[in-house]
Amino acid sequence: MGTEEAVVIGAGPAGLFAAYELLLAGADVTLIDRAAQAGGQLVKQTHKFFGSKEHYASIRGIDIRHRLEHALEKNGDGRLRTLYSTTVAGFYADGALACVKAERYYRLHPEVVVVATGASERTVAFAGNDLPGVYAAGAVQTLMNEQGIRPGNRALMVGSGNIGLIVAYQLMQAGIQVERVVEAADEIGGYQVHASKLRRLGVPIETKTTIKRAFGTNQVEGAEIWRLDAKGEGIAGSEERLTVDTVCLAVGLSPLVELLSQLSVDTRFIPEFGGVAPVLDETYMTSRPGVFACGDVANVEEASTAMVEGRLAGIHAAGYLNRQIPRRKEKIQALETSLRTLRSGPASEHVRKGLRKVGEHA
Amino acid sequence: MRIREHPILRFKERSKIAFTFDGRTLYGEAGDTIAGALHANGVKELSRSLHLHRPRGFYCAIGNCASCHMTVDGEANVRTCITPLKAGMVVKTQQGKGRVDGY
Amino acid sequence: MLKETGVAEPRMIRSVFPDSRVLVKPKAIIECYEAIPCDPCETACPTGAIEVGADINARPVLDVDACTGCRRCVTACPGLAIFVVSIQEDKAVFTVPYEMLPLPEEGALVNVADRCGQPIGTGEVRKVRKHADRTASITFATDKGLLYEAVTVVVDDG
Ligand SMILES: Cc1cc2nc3c(=O)[nH]c(=O)nc-3n(C[C@H](O)[C@H](O)[C@H](O)COP(=O)(O)OP(=O)(O)OC[C@H]3O[C@@H](n4cnc5c(N)ncnc54)[C@H](O)[C@@H]3O)c2cc1C
Ligand code: SF4
Ligand code: SF4
Ligand code: FES
Repeated sequence: MGTEEAVVIGAGPAGLFAAYELLLAGADVTLIDRAAQAGGQLVKQTHKFFGSKEHYASIRGIDIRHRLEHALEKNGDGRLRTLYSTTVAGFYADGALACVKAERYYRLHPEVVVVATGASERTVAFAGNDLPGVYAAGAVQTLMNEQGIRPGNRALMVGSGNIGLIVAYQLMQAGIQVERVVEAADEIGGYQVHASKLRRLGVPIETKTTIKRAFGTNQVEGAEIWRLDAKGEGIAGSEERLTVDTVCLAVGLSPLVELLSQLSVDTRFIPEFGGVAPVLDETYMTSRPGVFACGDVANVEEASTAMVEGRLAGIHAAGYLNRQIPRRKEKIQALETSLRTLRSGPASEHVRKGLRKVGEHA
Repeated sequence: MRIREHPILRFKERSKIAFTFDGRTLYGEAGDTIAGALHANGVKELSRSLHLHRPRGFYCAIGNCASCHMTVDGEANVRTCITPLKAGMVVKTQQGKGRVDGY
Repeated sequence: MLKETGVAEPRMIRSVFPDSRVLVKPKAIIECYEAIPCDPCETACPTGAIEVGADINARPVLDVDACTGCRRCVTACPGLAIFVVSIQEDKAVFTVPYEMLPLPEEGALVNVADRCGQPIGTGEVRKVRKHADRTASITFATDKGLLYEAVTVVVDDG
């Protein structure tokens, strides 16, 4: 028997919903996040979300977060303990968790753990990529949308997936001129509607183009971009210099699986998910009994799918604890249908491919 | 470099906090992180890389990458991107790995 | 190509416009060309004029006759992909979503821009509506000849 009944690591949309279902089922829940507040990626998302009404479509990420927190409090019933500004630093073979808060260590020993740590941002190699003024897209969002501080005045965005397009739009909203969005692939990676609203503001998007180098003495003073040939090699002579003080990288996310790796659960390299992802059974359980995973840490996707996965993982984790859930089967079926619908479109082709690969292994 | 007007968000002016950076007195606002306050003052170079001494700024802003480590009140390797600014803090650019006495 | 540039081609733009005679009354124009998992336009429409259907990935389809031009979908669409337009004498009158600062003044003469953000003419701002959800909408009148090109206004932050 553990000292805690259920611990949820990560209070993003996936973790919040896992906690929500566990609470509904009557479990005691400890929700941990290294940030000072709940919300995960949502706290930086000033744009309205896609999806359907049940996924809070048309509501801004920053506002969705408040709704989720409210729902948790309502169902918490004194059984929810939140540990924010707390990092889970270790996950040991005996199932114990080591948590750090303000330089002090705590040990928890839960019966079930739901890992919902999300994803981390990748970087890309080019000369000068370590200069001050080169940021991950999420860092720029933290700086301008949470702290109200501009990263600079003129920016280059590298990457045209939804994150690159949305952060470029948010830069413009914060008064930073986006000189260019460059994309190495043949096509814009994100949704057409995001690309179109950026173009309407006069921001050029160039495909088959990437950053060659960032230059500057003590910080970024400019960047050189160049076109790529069919093999993805830079074309000599196609270089163009941009005067920018900010280079923003939105080149993809990788699941934050470090904690699960410490436990040596089965994982698999899934290029569609940007890295190594845990192998899960149909109850979202890893190869280690009692340890579940959901959201971006399992497969890098969307907040809408993270919420549904979080609920499913929470329900299954409650089942593992032998907690009774009224109309459990119907609930699971409805959630699974919702996930399938969300993933059925052409925009989710890579997700389906990635999930098939995980499934082959399971 | 502070955003005062934004179409979606509201950033109220908060009370000023004085701190020193490499001996200079700078001002941040209550609620800032150390790195945020430095940015607002136009300071982007936070550290130097270990071997080549190349300038480093912050990269991830969520405490993941170590590129924002500075010496704060004598303590080395403080992740300034997630550490709240406090009045009177003595913030220094860190050379190398940082020693226990902070220099 | 839309997927390479983010800018719809004339042929595609025409395909989402009704016959211009219908536009004596304001109608929604939905520039959502890609199948994505999204449907709040359907939820927002009070007359049921927009249908996405059971498959949330399907593209929205407008029943032009059922559309009253009420503008609700304009600010509900997270992709800012919908505007409302009508033709009034020699003017095309647009209501577009807008999430930038500064907002223009009502009555001001502004530049009107195309889908690349390039100025293509001038327009008069007739109405600026602020919404609780912080997506504003701007109604402007411009030359009727810009019906298929105009999509937004350029406001000088002077
Ligand atoms: C710019 C951008 C725009 C987006 N736009 C949309 C959109 O329009 N629609 C949509 O559906 N989705 C969107 N997304 C995607 C969506 O935000 C994510 O898919 C979603 O947040 C994933 O949820 P999650 O709970 O799995 O992870 P996250 O939201 O990343 O939450 C993970 C949490 O775990 C915490 N954590 C990690 N490691 C530890 C640890 N060791 N100890 C303690 N805590 C830890 C983190 O601090 C974080 O709070 C966007 C993402 C970005 C970056
Ligand atoms: S303008 Fe009004 S009636 Fe027409 S589609 Fe939009 S919401 Fe429906
Ligand atoms: S709400 Fe906008 S982006 Fe979503 S389906 Fe409707 S038109 Fe497309
Ligand atoms: S910027 Fe990455 S740890 Fe601070």
